[in-house]
Amino acid sequence: MGFYTRSSDLAPSSEPQNGRSPAKATHSRQQATWGAGARTGAKGLSRHRWLRSRYQGWVLPIGLLIAWELLSRLGVFPPNLLPAPSTVTATIWGLAASGELVRHIGITLFRVVLGFGVGTLAATVFGALTGYSPVAHRYLDPLLQALRNIPSLAWVPLFILWLGIFETSKVALIAVGVFFPVYLNLMSGIQNVDRKLVEVGKIYRLSQIQLIYRVFFPATLPAYIVGLRNGLSLGWMFVVAAELMGASQGLGFLLIDGQTTGRPAIILASLLLFALLGKLTDSLLAALGKRLLRWQDTYISA
Amino acid sequence: MLYIENVSKQFDNGFTALERITLKIEPGEIVTLVGTSGCGKSTLLRIVAGLEFPSLGGVLIDNELITAPHPKVGLVFQEPRLMPWLTVQENIEFGLHNLPLPERRRRSEAVLAKVHLTPFAHALPRQLSGGMAQRVAIARSLVTQPDILLLDEPFGALDAFTRARLQDHLLEIWGYDRPTLLLVTHDVEEALVLSDRIIMLHPNPGRIFKVLRVDLPRPRQRSSVQFQELKEQLLLGLDLAGAAPALVKR
Repeated sequence: MGFYTRSSDLAPSSEPQNGRSPAKATHSRQQATWGAGARTGAKGLSRHRWLRSRYQGWVLPIGLLIAWELLSRLGVFPPNLLPAPSTVTATIWGLAASGELVRHIGITLFRVVLGFGVGTLAATVFGALTGYSPVAHRYLDPLLQALRNIPSLAWVPLFILWLGIFETSKVALIAVGVFFPVYLNLMSGIQNVDRKLVEVGKIYRLSQIQLIYRVFFPATLPAYIVGLRNGLSLGWMFVVAAELMGASQGLGFLLIDGQTTGRPAIILASLLLFALLGKLTDSLLAALGKRLLRWQDTYISA
Repeated sequence: MLYIENVSKQFDNGFTALERITLKIEPGEIVTLVGTSGCGKSTLLRIVAGLEFPSLGGVLIDNELITAPHPKVGLVFQEPRLMPWLTVQENIEFGLHNLPLPERRRRSEAVLAKVHLTPFAHALPRQLSGGMAQRVAIARSLVTQPDILLLDEPFGALDAFTRARLQDHLLEIWGYDRPTLLLVTHDVEEALVLSDRIIMLHPNPGRIFKVLRVDLPRPRQRSSVQFQELKEQLLLGLDLAGAAPALVKR
């Protein structure tokens, strides 16, 4: 983190959102940075500083998009199989204008969030139990490990039979997918808490509850956040599976809709939205983790 | 008053770490346990701390049998063992969880000044050097105002300069409230600089081999003739203890 902060500290003019260049404030962040880069480019090194900044991650995707658009316009890609990015964008605009897009995104997001919540809650309870208590571990963990080895999609027929084809079975499937990575990370995180730190707690005569709250909880947090992020990405994976099986709304439904009606632009639009939403929700978790784990002595923070 | 009464410790695998250790330590005394590795000196300290239990015998503090960590006993480990998610000041306050916040702050600030770490109150452990981290660990133990402070090779991992500085520093801190200090070390000079009494242990099984009283006035000059003589004596004793367990048994 320090590395990135430092590089932007050296070139404050490449950070227009800090209010130094109000004239650019109405531009998107992207354009403003380009502008700033061009403006300070005359001063020499700042172009390199821009390249080392946090916008590096955008270079490749934008480059590929431009190449794709160009090659589509030149007729290299057949439009009935691979439409140009501008066509896909237009499709998304169309969906947005009709209000359909909000409905599809809304229902998919609802399923993921609910499934993620239920799965995380269950995994937190079971992971805390089996991680902290060796007895609970001996009773519960073998069964849970066996269940983990059932490919999660194999539950689909049973869930549909038990819970019907509507929301409950979809949310249950997502919850199952989210459960295992969160459970595993939390359990092993608790088991790997440094015995030496626990001993410090004992010397100061902390009660069991205090020991959990003041030593185990913070020490386990890094592993737990990794588990949450893994769980969330599986949640997105399973919402697609659930919506492919049978749904009349949602981004997964758009995929099937695009396939059956022979409209690749719809499929691509849906893929793009999945990528955006997945990245967005993961970034939220990552930012939360970074905030909570500022104390970590890691390669990036050093 | 600290009594170690006839303490023996046998581990589950049959290894006898300590055999019939009896020691009486006066309030305010500085006592060092020295011996080669495997002589059970750390185990003895952990038994006094209430982290481990003797197979035979017991430890009495003010006529109270130790069965769990005692509120009037502090322990400084070989490593600082700071909570990496807490700042220096929060780490020092770790053991004060039963006090109201203003009292906690008042006490931790006083101790921070004693170990000369006030400017680092809000630093995180990862930003500290080894010597600073160990000073925080000592401060964390001091802040509970222990009558007895146990130190398990507290400066073992530090370089020679830092070690010598922290030894002087420990004596300075000891001078404020004069708690009983019971140290474990394998550094002969450290034992001589600090102690009133040096207990030599020999291994297999850990047993008291010899007791050396150090009557030199403090601060002690490491280069003085008396110091060097005592050092010779101590090294000779340890040599015998390490080399001669078979001989002693016969």
